[in-house]
Amino acid sequence: MTTEMKLPFDQEYITSFSKEMGEPEWLTELRVQSLEKADTLPMPRPDKTKINKWNFTHFNKLIVKSDEFKSLEELPEAVKPLIDADHSNSVYIQRNNKPAYLKLSAELQEKGVIFTDMYTASRMHGDLLKKYFMQSAVKADENKLTALHAAFLNGGAFLYVPKNVTIEEPIQAIFLHDDAEANLFNHVIVAAEDNSSVVYVENYISTVDSADSKVNIVSEVIAGANARIQYGAVDTLAKGVTAYVNRKGLAGRDAQIEWALGQMNDGNTISENVTLLQGDGSYGDAKTVVVGRGDQVQNFTTKIIHHGKNSEGFILKHGVVKESATVIFNGIGKIEQGASKSNAEQESRVLMLSEKARGDANPILLIDEDDVTAGHAASVGRVDPGQLYYLMSRGIPQAEAERLVIHGFLAPVVNVLPIEGVKKQLVEVIERKVK
Amino acid sequence: MAGSVLTIKDLHVEIEGKEILKGVNLEVKGGEIHAIMGPNGTGKSTLSSAVMGHPKYKVTQGTITLDGEDVLEMEVDERARAGLFLGMQYPSEISGVTNADFLRSAINSRREEGKEISLMKFIRKMDSQMEFLEMDLDMAQRYLNEGFSGGEKKRNEILQLMMIEPKIAILDEIDSGLDIDALKVVSKGINEMRSEDFGCLIITHYQRLLNYITPDHVHVMMQGRVVKSGGPELAQRLETEGYDWIKQELGIEDETVGLEA
Ligand SMILES: Nc1ncnc2c1ncn2[C@@H]1O[C@H](COP(=O)(O)OP(=O)(O)O)[C@@H](O)[C@H]1O
Ligand SMILES: [Mg+2]
Repeated sequence: MTTEMKLPFDQEYITSFSKEMGEPEWLTELRVQSLEKADTLPMPRPDKTKINKWNFTHFNKLIVKSDEFKSLEELPEAVKPLIDADHSNSVYIQRNNKPAYLKLSAELQEKGVIFTDMYTASRMHGDLLKKYFMQSAVKADENKLTALHAAFLNGGAFLYVPKNVTIEEPIQAIFLHDDAEANLFNHVIVAAEDNSSVVYVENYISTVDSADSKVNIVSEVIAGANARIQYGAVDTLAKGVTAYVNRKGLAGRDAQIEWALGQMNDGNTISENVTLLQGDGSYGDAKTVVVGRGDQVQNFTTKIIHHGKNSEGFILKHGVVKESATVIFNGIGKIEQGASKSNAEQESRVLMLSEKARGDANPILLIDEDDVTAGHAASVGRVDPGQLYYLMSRGIPQAEAERLVIHGFLAPVVNVLPIEGVKKQLVEVIERKVK
Repeated sequence: MAGSVLTIKDLHVEIEGKEILKGVNLEVKGGEIHAIMGPNGTGKSTLSSAVMGHPKYKVTQGTITLDGEDVLEMEVDERARAGLFLGMQYPSEISGVTNADFLRSAINSRREEGKEISLMKFIRKMDSQMEFLEMDLDMAQRYLNEGFSGGEKKRNEILQLMMIEPKIAILDEIDSGLDIDALKVVSKGINEMRSEDFGCLIITHYQRLLNYITPDHVHVMMQGRVVKSGGPELAQRLETEGYDWIKQELGIEDETVGLEA
């Protein structure tokens, strides 16, 4: 079933926008082609969630005007604590569609590390960007929304780590949504060449209470042979924001990609997190925690696909659902033929805090190879009365006991976030959302 | 103030519509250590759960009071804050909540807002009690009972006992699954607690724990009642002769409760 969708901006508009931004020809072309294809491509089909009535595509403004931040002092109060001013030497802050602040340590620049906004990347590092941009991880013609993403691209960041470079301190990006009329088609690339390693942490944060914004996020994470990428994210987009999130990783031989995603949006969200374990000996770990509240509907698909031999994939998803919200977890471990000695494990659990909450955890194992190991655990239920009894028997009141159990349940992502301020923010968001 | 008094009178308890306790009478005072012994399935854990207020256990008759206060009127957490403690036969595992955070919440639940225990003081106390119980100090940062061995869980129950310092504790099979070294450590912890302000009810079906902790009173439970009480010599006799003589004396054929069709 396809609903007729009139796209808000045409070829002419997109072309002149791209030219105005000084983008290389290939990008202008990709935008135009994608816009054309978007017409006929199907919508993504998240299992168990109907999205045919969701509005991902109708919006008025491709770009809103926002000011830069001259210094970190000017940041809104909600953003300041995310940044550890003494230690964060590499931060990108984007305000709606506007690159608003950028800092990359001199040391990393000397080592050849590139970290910049997407517009600058396309102008200054066009050839390098072209190698990665919607080529191997997320393809522009994957579905209608990825095509629209390519066509309407209006922000994002590019992080490139050369061979043999190990970056100890986390690289941080903050995508601030403080204009209810803004729409984000935000693209992030984290590319780590052979034997390199990097930790990247991003926040999508709304400071407006509610908005009718469309947010279409694509992240492409590419780890070369023996590279390691740790990717942390905390999403806190406002009520009313319709979000499509597609974060995809590609791991080469002996490469490691580890995701820690705190997906705390207050609006309807469709999220895909896919890791392709292409190389032999590659490793993928995808952790996601989620809270659903109000009447929001969210669908999270986490998929790890094993092509390489001896590859290992771990999926952990924990979700808390209250009020009349819906949270659907689809976990897919897929082992392709030839990926012998691989291991695919997953655990998906949903805690329901109210009668009207809806939750679902669907673990799927698709295995085309004999010599592998795989396992899954899934549950949908309420807070364990036995656990509450135990905590209360030590004097802890019921409400506090519930709070402890819930925070513990969501701890797997909180604990691995490498930036103290972001970790604290996630804890506070959880606190606020589950209360 | 002298020790507290836990008084259980004519206690009848049902679980899932089946009567398990059929009139238990017992009084535990500060300064006393009581042992309840008895074969499996005689209602010992049911008694401890009913005192603590486990929601599955329904009191149909009788009273439980602590220093005259009606315990049955209290929620589980209120009972704990009133001074009761239950070392459980099967402690829960709680992922994501560290042992230290949990214990600090437990201690602070007894204090007023703004008068919470200072972090330094808490850590010092926890470290010293863990050393006393010969526990690895990194157990403080492990998740509550998660992946703990049977022996580690029991030690952790005693750690909680020593940190919380209740007035009256019930320890349900704190000795089961312990090797001799762990048994000695657990006994050391309980003996350390002994004082005029602390009363304890130790539930066990082996006498061996009582080699390390000398009880003041020993009770035997069968068929959901206390059928015999005495001093430490009663435990000795049970050790050498078993329970059959009591069954004969009282004309009991099946000592268990709740299994009848
Ligand atoms: N949770 C429960 N659900 C159903 N029956 C129970 C439960 N707990 C205890 N019982 C019943 O009560 C009887 C006494 O059990 P329990 O108090 O555990 O004995 P003890 O601790 O002396 O071994 C058991 O034989 C069983 O029939
Ligand atoms: Mg028992």
